[in-house]
Amino acid sequence: MTALRHTREVALRYLRALLRQPTWVGISLVQPVIWLLLFGALFKRTADIPGFAGGSYIEFLTPGVVVMLAVSTAGWVGMGFIDDINRGTMDRLLVSPIWRGALNLGSVAQSVLSIVIQSAIVVGLALLVGARFDGGLAGVAVLVVVAGLLGAVFASLSNGLAVLVRQRESLIGAVTMVTLPLTFLSSALMQESLLPSWIRWIAKFNPVNWAAEAGRSAAGAHADWGLVATRSGFLVLLLLASAAFATRSFNAYQRSI
Amino acid sequence: MNAIEAWNLTKTYKGGVRALDGLSFAVDSGTIFALLGPNGAGKSTAVKILTTLSRADGGEARVAGLDVLCDADRVRRAIGVVTQRPGLDPDATGRENLEMQAEIHGLRGARRRERVGELLERLGLRAAADRLAKTYSGGMQRRLDVALGLVHRPKVLFLDEPTTGLDPEARAELWQEIERLAAAEEMSILLTTHYLDEADRLAAELAIVDRGRIVAAGTPDQLKRELQGDTVQVELVEAADGNAAATASRVSGLEEVSVDGRRLRARAANGAAAIPSLITALERNGLAVASATIARPSLDDVYLRHAGRSFQHADTATDREPSEVAA
Repeated sequence: MTALRHTREVALRYLRALLRQPTWVGISLVQPVIWLLLFGALFKRTADIPGFAGGSYIEFLTPGVVVMLAVSTAGWVGMGFIDDINRGTMDRLLVSPIWRGALNLGSVAQSVLSIVIQSAIVVGLALLVGARFDGGLAGVAVLVVVAGLLGAVFASLSNGLAVLVRQRESLIGAVTMVTLPLTFLSSALMQESLLPSWIRWIAKFNPVNWAAEAGRSAAGAHADWGLVATRSGFLVLLLLASAAFATRSFNAYQRSI
Repeated sequence: MNAIEAWNLTKTYKGGVRALDGLSFAVDSGTIFALLGPNGAGKSTAVKILTTLSRADGGEARVAGLDVLCDADRVRRAIGVVTQRPGLDPDATGRENLEMQAEIHGLRGARRRERVGELLERLGLRAAADRLAKTYSGGMQRRLDVALGLVHRPKVLFLDEPTTGLDPEARAELWQEIERLAAAEEMSILLTTHYLDEADRLAAELAIVDRGRIVAAGTPDQLKRELQGDTVQVELVEAADGNAAATASRVSGLEEVSVDGRRLRARAANGAAAIPSLITALERNGLAVASATIARPSLDDVYLRHAGRSFQHADTATDREPSEVAA
């Protein structure tokens, strides 16, 4: 109970701070629109490639953009920790009896909420421009949950890294270096059977690909629930590990000061 | 029972900086205790260790009777911490800051509302309660920080350089508030400061910290009484050299002569009697005197005696105004 209450307090704190930045709110609402429409237009002819399995590219792309947004939104979460550490807010929390796990999980919860809202915008927009999701509401819900899981993993990694490096520049470097390549080394934007074989091999170990595969399968006509379950399972395990990493990173920080 | 006990704390930072070098002291329950020393003496490191933020390499510490390592979580429930660096969240209002802190300490519902309202009122923040903390003045931010440290009525309060960076008026206000707190709530307070007058005014007992160790401890009066007589201080026209120190040492009635730039200091049983012969001796040796003063012993003298250098010299940031009597 205490753990939940503390997590909620931390989440509300970050959420309030974000909502007080209208520019941030505006950008995060417009970003999904730009990505979906831009990538949709750019790669429209992909649907004509021999071997592309049915449907329009926008239908294929939507789960990919949802996953991509989750990674990129979550990657920046650690910036909040760096600000807190630089301002001294983190030190105040660390000498209070707050449940340590709440610091990461509260920040992750705020990030997942943003991802859910962004995902809903992407899916809604895709429906507007004529995409159909045969998986129905349940399938789309699974897609959003999987994107949320992936976001939680990356948010935790970002937080843990932030506490270890404590420098905005280092975190920005790490996030840009990791998120885009991971997106391209997956089936987020391109059907798996059309990927070069070496990318297909790497994608097997790429959490972004796990989320893209699972989300796309659930939202599509013939969901492979075995695949959805295994990929979601991998993501849950990864989330446990990364959340433990983020919470334990405070020990390293406290030893160094 | 002692509110705080520290035994032989040591801490070396990466890069070999030895911040604590066997620091030991004890704070009586219900009193204000000051750790006094220049920047870099190790005061803040001591506070970080005692408040469970950082870990000592060696030694032991107990706060409110609890071991800071084994019982960290219970220590955190018993302490309030106000550090030099603000701990408030600038993107939240004063009220939101306090409400979150109260929630962390398990205060809910009506009790939380009541306590938050009470603190806002008492620290003069009621009118600004629903403004973002980043719009507060420096003094208001510090008062919010103090309120955050008090939300759960801690048994032991740590005030790490509480008035650094405040203007004189805000400093005086905070001093009054600290005195009121110590009297009203039965709280033990550990104050760190590099202001001699602050320690003198607030602390029942103090310890002088230099290079990670306690070099002297006692009540301000005890420490000052150790130094019998007066402090004689002469300002020379030009920078003093060995000649000046040697000359002064030969004047009868003067002891513990020290030289710091153009300033020459010495101790005398009777300052008024020693000054004329000191000035004569200096001028006879070709050392022009700009001014001469006699002062009752201050904590600065105590510091000079125990740390082997003047406080201003060790800490150029200090803005102490010596209360001197013109000769």
